[in-house]
Amino acid sequence: MDKPILEIKDLRTHFFTERGEIPAVDGVDLHVNPGEVLGVVGESGCGKSVTSLSVLKLVPSPPGKIVSGSILFQGQDITAMNEREMCKIRGNCISMIFQEPMTSLNPLFTVGHQIVETIREHRKMSKKEARALALEMLKKVGIARAESIIDEYPHQLSGGMRQRVMIAMSITCNPDVLIADEPTTALDVTIQAQILDLIRRLNEERGMAVMMITHDLGVVAEMCHRVAVMYAGKVVEEGSVRDIFKRPLHPYTQGLIQSVPRMNETRARLYSIPGNVPILSKNMQGCRFADRCPSVMPKCLEALPNLVEQESGHRCRCWLHENRQEDAV
Amino acid sequence: MSEPLLEVEHLKKYFPIRKGLWNKTVGHVKAVDDISFSVRRGETFGLVGESGCGKSTTGRSILRLIEPSGGKVRFEGREITELSSEEMRKQRRDMQIVFQDPFSSLDPRHSVQRILEEPLIVHGISNRKERQQRIAKLIEVVGLTPTHLHRYPHQFSGGQRQRIGIARALALQPKLIVADEPVSALDVSIQSQVINLLQDLQAEFKLTYIFIAHDLSVVKHICDRVAVMYLGRIVEIADKQLLYDTPQHPYTQALLSAVPEPDPDVKKERIILQGEVPSPANAPVGCAFHTRCPKAMKICSEVRPQLLDTGGGHLTACHLYATS
Repeated sequence: MDKPILEIKDLRTHFFTERGEIPAVDGVDLHVNPGEVLGVVGESGCGKSVTSLSVLKLVPSPPGKIVSGSILFQGQDITAMNEREMCKIRGNCISMIFQEPMTSLNPLFTVGHQIVETIREHRKMSKKEARALALEMLKKVGIARAESIIDEYPHQLSGGMRQRVMIAMSITCNPDVLIADEPTTALDVTIQAQILDLIRRLNEERGMAVMMITHDLGVVAEMCHRVAVMYAGKVVEEGSVRDIFKRPLHPYTQGLIQSVPRMNETRARLYSIPGNVPILSKNMQGCRFADRCPSVMPKCLEALPNLVEQESGHRCRCWLHENRQEDAV
Repeated sequence: MSEPLLEVEHLKKYFPIRKGLWNKTVGHVKAVDDISFSVRRGETFGLVGESGCGKSTTGRSILRLIEPSGGKVRFEGREITELSSEEMRKQRRDMQIVFQDPFSSLDPRHSVQRILEEPLIVHGISNRKERQQRIAKLIEVVGLTPTHLHRYPHQFSGGQRQRIGIARALALQPKLIVADEPVSALDVSIQSQVINLLQDLQAEFKLTYIFIAHDLSVVKHICDRVAVMYLGRIVEIADKQLLYDTPQHPYTQALLSAVPEPDPDVKKERIILQGEVPSPANAPVGCAFHTRCPKAMKICSEVRPQLLDTGGGHLTACHLYATS
């Protein structure tokens, strides 16, 4: 197997607020292999977005801070880099698209201006060459009237178009990794289908690795090769997309998959996980999911299980799979 | 088949576009453009479509939270579009709404107690003790506890707030609840809790729902009949099973094919629509969908197709089926 292009090791990003220290990302291990699409799923507040922001060091600081851990991009540790080095990474080697394209585009400049700026930041090019490249990129992401759109402002475009512009901007420098944070959540289904199709094409044609952050299990099943499920700041299960959907091990993953209604089957009642996501704090004990878990044991309340490999590439953080965990130790 | 509880006929809502110094009306956004349907007692009627298709405007026009520009709405045989505002206020006892955003639809300055008490006071339940009893019952019915009554909306999570919104809608024991995207803002695990709650309440209080949503798998789960909207018009209405198994309108077909399935083994034939929804201020002539339709014919750009029964109560507004 190839060496991972992006490797996150025991990452801890905490927020220091008036209510105390909040461990939003609490020891996350993840890796993205070259050319693969990794899905990171979880509900709001599970730390999936903060993890992705940490990779580009975009966590607002203060109150946020990467407390410990490392993020290796092609073997180099990003957490140790200064702001100037980071600028060379962002948009060039790793780029990111966000959920709400309106807030990530500058309303005061034309679309073309913003793409050209990105290109000239990273490449030695004249304005004219950069504009030609920007135009080519807009066409590549399927914008019909690219020649006129390039001189329009973000507010003149629809949601789907803005997301295409964001994607065009993020791939102009041919990044190795694209982080897509809920890229289609704000879009309608038919537009979502267009954007997912585009991201998949970019992944296949350019071999660009994608880290796809989403809460939509449908999108994950459709797009991803591997999946990491997060809960309360931790990865609770990780495996191939088939492992996760067909043989989920962690009770949370199982519950999550069962609680989604499906188009191809009819059920009288949906499964639902009781209770709410816990409020994160520094003094949490035991498994984070224990108070909502249908198969909770006394042990779960006392100690946090480790993320242990159960079978090739399928890892799970749960005491139910304790036997093998002890073998591993 | 049970009698219709609600009948909507040729409902229209046009928003004027005003421009210039004198605020002259230069055109209209046809948010809802001549739609008709009926909702049977005890059923869950789904209204689906993408943003801007007019599904929420339809829901609000039915309750006259915004005044319709034309058409008729009959509730239990009573014409409600003609009622005075005082009569309408009384009528709303039977017709309630649950909103999408549980963060903005509850007054942050009021405790849950007061939020739930207000509709009771407005509708003349003057006995304080009776109100207390009703509120205590309501809060339990939606799965919260009486200790929650003295808290304020910001102290609750999204799912809990939605439960409060539902309790408020239930306070007057309505017959019809318009649920406008009630679970869209919620997380997956909370979403299924609220869906189950809505179904339990329906069985317990014999409610009729108009369920407005854009998530087609949720609609399939909860609804009995479904209407698909596009640019202010209904393009197809059918029983859920018929609609999902044999969608007829090319838009419905594309919409259903676009939904990602949470199962890596399902490989779908996807119809990817080109382009975007045209502006409702300038809707295409003829069939509103013809600009994006993969099966468009000449007639589609000329004549607006009527919503016709193609057999078994499956109504479709498409020229492909009109001739046969």
